[in-house]
Amino acid sequence: MKWSDKRRREEFPFFCYREEIYLDHAATSQRPQRVLDAERVFYEKQNANPFRGLYELGMEATDAYERARKTVQNFLHAQYAEEIIFTRNATESLNLVAYSFGCHFLKEGDEIIVSIMEHHSNLLPWQMVAEKTGAKLVFLECGADGTISKEQLDFAFTERTKLVAITHVSNVLGCQNPIEEVVRRAHECEAVVVLDAAQSIAHRPVDVVLLDVDFLAFSGHKMMGPMGIGVLYGKKKWLEQMPPFLRGGEMIESVSRTGATFAPLPHRLEAGTVNAAAAVGLEAAIHFIHEIGWEEIRSREEELTAYAMNQMEAIPEIHILGSKDPKNHSGILTFTVEGVHPHDVASILDADHIAVRAGHHCAQPLFAHLNIPSATRASLAFYNTKEEIDRFVDCLKPLRRKMGYGK
Amino acid sequence: MENKTFYHEILTDHNLHPAHKHDLHDADYVLEGVNPNCGDDIWLKVKINDGRIEQASFLGDGCAISQASADMMLDLVIGKTKEDALRMTDLFLRMIQGETTESELEELEEASVLQNVSHMPARVKCAVLGWHTLKEILENE
Repeated sequence: MKWSDKRRREEFPFFCYREEIYLDHAATSQRPQRVLDAERVFYEKQNANPFRGLYELGMEATDAYERARKTVQNFLHAQYAEEIIFTRNATESLNLVAYSFGCHFLKEGDEIIVSIMEHHSNLLPWQMVAEKTGAKLVFLECGADGTISKEQLDFAFTERTKLVAITHVSNVLGCQNPIEEVVRRAHECEAVVVLDAAQSIAHRPVDVVLLDVDFLAFSGHKMMGPMGIGVLYGKKKWLEQMPPFLRGGEMIESVSRTGATFAPLPHRLEAGTVNAAAAVGLEAAIHFIHEIGWEEIRSREEELTAYAMNQMEAIPEIHILGSKDPKNHSGILTFTVEGVHPHDVASILDADHIAVRAGHHCAQPLFAHLNIPSATRASLAFYNTKEEIDRFVDCLKPLRRKMGYGK
Repeated sequence: MENKTFYHEILTDHNLHPAHKHDLHDADYVLEGVNPNCGDDIWLKVKINDGRIEQASFLGDGCAISQASADMMLDLVIGKTKEDALRMTDLFLRMIQGETTESELEELEEASVLQNVSHMPARVKCAVLGWHTLKEILENE
């Protein structure tokens, strides 16, 4: 089905209340009414603490939460529901793997590969693991457009490689990394692959069996779900061996004065009261994505990205980072304006009620690698409009003049 | 929706053509101020003679607000006594918190163009960077 601009916008109450042109989807998306409704209805009609109550209502709450887990399982094409662990966000998911897998199964002399374009969330946990275990951090470099070449892969992988932490899509360049090739090489040396899907999950279908990644992390809030819910997918054979990340309520089998035995997966890795309402909201977001369809999302995003790139490239002082191909941007257009600091760019756009991000985008090593101090990022979603892009570009055109150039 | 921009000519002019952005070899005090948020980094250099700021300059990189603010600050404090300069600093910092009167604003001359920064928490640190650095120098003198 082809959705009209109007129909798409009507799904999102945000646009009824705010006049901003929102171009910061890589930070967080907006949410459709049905996601907000799903969360609210859980609290209104099914609210009880899942897994505890031995009463009908408690079981309904449990069922709603577990149904959301099944929906995520199907969304990722995972083999088992217990391979889906609910967390707060991608950051927590990645920390869970780092603490419970990295700290336990890595040792001195092992090597951890991380790409240079990782978000700090998929770098700092591995720096910690390296420090604690004595493993060595090895960087997988990329070219100026974000491409990771065969030579760079050859250089990074050794027989000591035990873990590869890599992002599916860069939150700065928008490029997609060669995950199939990374997984093939990693598995050849019996290393596990941790995929950060935070930036890809809203833009393309992900099949964990096809990709054959060992772990995958994402946040609900970047894919139109609520804030405060994230997912860690892990292959059952790894999750089963991992000690608990957090300890406390609802992750035990029995507890004595001196010790405890732990509940089976997935509850062993979900200590404390879960965010059931947000899980139900995430489920609604997944249904929404399926209703619109990946093809519609992809083609619309590409159309808008190409439309924006064309106009931005016509302004000589603007330089877009990453690929020349709009298809390889996942809606992310990070750019610099000659002679104008990115924070000034963002403030000037803000004065015209256009929301973009500016700075180092939690990817300082990438900026150092590209030798760019910082940049401004506009990130699109399929429900943006061409009129919004036009207004954004109209504000970019006089930007240098506003900063006193050319007088 | 209201447009609250503060990027007018006074600010952009101080950013592109700062009068006080140069080295000062015989400075008595040199202090670095850093705002990791924007990556603003300035070095403030001050020469004090008989309790008076005889000469001062700054070097560094950063956003237009941090650079222009430092330049306007030096316009205002060069030639002033240490006490007067500290009073100006206090005035400016209060302006950024939205706590100054109209007559106080006049004292700040061109630097008062930054008063709308008080509506933008993310940019406050850029605007106050030079002033905080000066305050630190003068208070520790």
